[in-house]
Amino acid sequence: MSQRDHPFHGPFGKPCPALFRSLESLVAGLLVGAALWGTAADIAPLVEPLRAVGPEGRGNAAAGPAWRQLSSQPPSTLPALLASMDGANDISANYLRSAAEVILQKGQAQGAAIPYAELESFLSETRHDRRARRFAYETILAHDPAAAAALLPGMLDDPAMELRRDAVGQLIDKAGKLQSGGSTNEAVALFQKALHHARDVDQIEAITAPLRKLGQSPDLASLFGWVRSWKVIGPFDNTKREGYDKAFPPEREIKLDGVYDGKGGKVHWGDLESRDDYGKVDVNLPLGKLKETIAYCYTEVRSERAQPAEIRLGCKNAWKVWFNGRLLFGRDEYHRNEEIDQYRLPVELQAGRNTLLVKLGQNEQVEEWTVEWEFRLRITDPLGTPLRSLKVGVPAPTTASTARP
Amino acid sequence: MISSLHTRLLLPWVALLPLVADANWTQFRGPDGNGTLAGATLPSSLPADGGVAWKASLPGRGLSCPVTVGDKVFVTCSSGPRQTRLHVLCFRASDGTKLWERTVLATGRTMCHEKTCVAAPSPTTDGERVFALYSSNDLVCFDLDGNLLWFRGLTHDYPNASNSLGMSSSLVVAEGVLLAQVENDTESFAAGIDVRTGVNLWKLDRPKMANWCSPVVIRSAGRPTLFGLQSGKGLLAVEPKTGGTAWNYTEGASTVASSAVRAGVIYAPSHGITALEPGSPGQPPSQLWRSSQLRPGTPSPVVLEDRIYVMNDAGVLTAGELATGKRLWQLRLKGPFSSTPVAGANRLLAVNEKGLVQLVDLAKPEGEVVSEFDLGQTVLGTPSLTEGGVYIRSDAQLWKLRKP
Repeated sequence: MSQRDHPFHGPFGKPCPALFRSLESLVAGLLVGAALWGTAADIAPLVEPLRAVGPEGRGNAAAGPAWRQLSSQPPSTLPALLASMDGANDISANYLRSAAEVILQKGQAQGAAIPYAELESFLSETRHDRRARRFAYETILAHDPAAAAALLPGMLDDPAMELRRDAVGQLIDKAGKLQSGGSTNEAVALFQKALHHARDVDQIEAITAPLRKLGQSPDLASLFGWVRSWKVIGPFDNTKREGYDKAFPPEREIKLDGVYDGKGGKVHWGDLESRDDYGKVDVNLPLGKLKETIAYCYTEVRSERAQPAEIRLGCKNAWKVWFNGRLLFGRDEYHRNEEIDQYRLPVELQAGRNTLLVKLGQNEQVEEWTVEWEFRLRITDPLGTPLRSLKVGVPAPTTASTARP
Repeated sequence: MISSLHTRLLLPWVALLPLVADANWTQFRGPDGNGTLAGATLPSSLPADGGVAWKASLPGRGLSCPVTVGDKVFVTCSSGPRQTRLHVLCFRASDGTKLWERTVLATGRTMCHEKTCVAAPSPTTDGERVFALYSSNDLVCFDLDGNLLWFRGLTHDYPNASNSLGMSSSLVVAEGVLLAQVENDTESFAAGIDVRTGVNLWKLDRPKMANWCSPVVIRSAGRPTLFGLQSGKGLLAVEPKTGGTAWNYTEGASTVASSAVRAGVIYAPSHGITALEPGSPGQPPSQLWRSSQLRPGTPSPVVLEDRIYVMNDAGVLTAGELATGKRLWQLRLKGPFSSTPVAGANRLLAVNEKGLVQLVDLAKPEGEVVSEFDLGQTVLGTPSLTEGGVYIRSDAQLWKLRKP
């Protein structure tokens, strides 16, 4: 007797003689009927508990039995299931994607028809969830690598960054082969095309290195779109790391001609311009190699229009970031690790002037690898494309003042 | 002497116990958290081929150790350009057949030092479920057949809980409560989580300092079971169901090597090794001894019979007397080491970072390496020992070394 032949099953697939003894079995009872419908249009009752999960395990108790039923659906439901990931939070998306994974695995093991054509159609619709589209792509890739490869050139501007990455990777491979074969001009053209579409740091570096060997001079700073023009003030006291949570004057007002009591004397704002290809803003340069100190860096960003953006920060010191006077996030972690785009902070740029303040903490460690007191920051669209139309920097004369940073 | 001789005369890999919960390697360093498993032995020597029963390809790296339930072996991996693919795989122990594989996507930060990886914490099992935690603080629970029971994103819930070098604290489970110890410079906590639903039963603030060591379950006859949470501050013992403090040892401890437990006594990496015996409820533990001559590096201490073994990162293995902490002998193995050895019946098996398996005869007066076998792959994860063999996970494969 198959599972479907049983009149009712408990949440763990066993016959359930005593219905509704618990919430779990009640949920399972409500769901099993939906499971038996078996068509793509009918999975909504199974999907709903998975989309309802929230923070701290909220909804897990109902989601588990629903996942069990959902993952027993036929492969024909895959496009609808993947579509149900649209707008799902990260936790829900994992439940839903995992159910799709099991449906696919079971379908393949049983020799069932996998709806590849429908999955390709789903993949082509960029409005769908990036994770769901990636799942569709990988399903096609495993089934027919040549067909998947043929899809990649159309994904060079894909909003799903993993898909775009593979598309760029394909270009890099082709360019590399051209380079190896001595077709220099063609290789340069293809590398430059790849560079135009690349958003991942490792791919950008994988492109610029051969381009340099081919006599080209890619402008890394422009490619990344670093914010390199800053005002800096400090040091303030961070003895015992207590300055991180203390609001020094720049957190109350931005008055660029102001003079304040700092650590060891009066402090005032000065200029700090980064010349680094990788956007390093080195506070040690203007302030000296100090310990147990706080510095602030301030700049302004002018946008022609209101638009969504991301502030992307790399930093191995303690930091806080305010945008238009609102604290976005902060971490008091010192000297663990740093990389480009380590933190992504979504913001809404307003038309005209926007303010950006970075608080940077240095701690008491004296090891050689704890000298750094720096960060790197860029402003991109949500996909990582630098917003090059922005005008960054504080216009002279330095009379800017805001009620809040 | 009789015991030693008896052991050497026994057939290698003697399986002494039937399949019961304790016969499973349920967590990092085994069910007792000391690198041994009751009834599980190691061979007297390794054959020329290392005794490889099978090996299976893995989809990504991992520092986590395999865990076992009956004829199933579970292992975790991470893969992808940013290690955002988090895998749990289940293999049939007898022949290495992959029974199932599940993937979830990281919701927390995956950045870590290049030596480690996102699949650094070891999974655990209560015999009905397998729980997997990753450096991104994603926590997932499957039943033994691969059905997803629940999923949590602990950094999703607590956004500053992460370490830019990576997290590695492994899970433990007792009395229906799963313990996740998530400690770092910015937002540290420990959560007691309902194994059935993944919901917090309790959550404690923990010291704001990076910590890579793992908690232990402290079990002893006649006393309530406790969780032991080690950090740079010391060792906090809490009741599994409530998170209530049972006692607190505050003299500091390692943030890398983890405590070992044997018969309710905790051998904590603190000022060398400090042996702590819990006393009355609410009272601090008694210090049985402290030895500055027993200094573990990254590998955690191993307790076997009447001895304790510690190893530094370079591979110097030190044997101590369990009752007193007196140093007995030292033996240099070929390092470097990240993983903790396993031991059984006068043998200790250690795998260095290059994948060289070294079998040590602990009955020799100064210890002696009696066999070596080169896996030829990077191994940073701790092996798992069962009655049927040893499981070793490299960066690319899961290996089973059989009994001869």
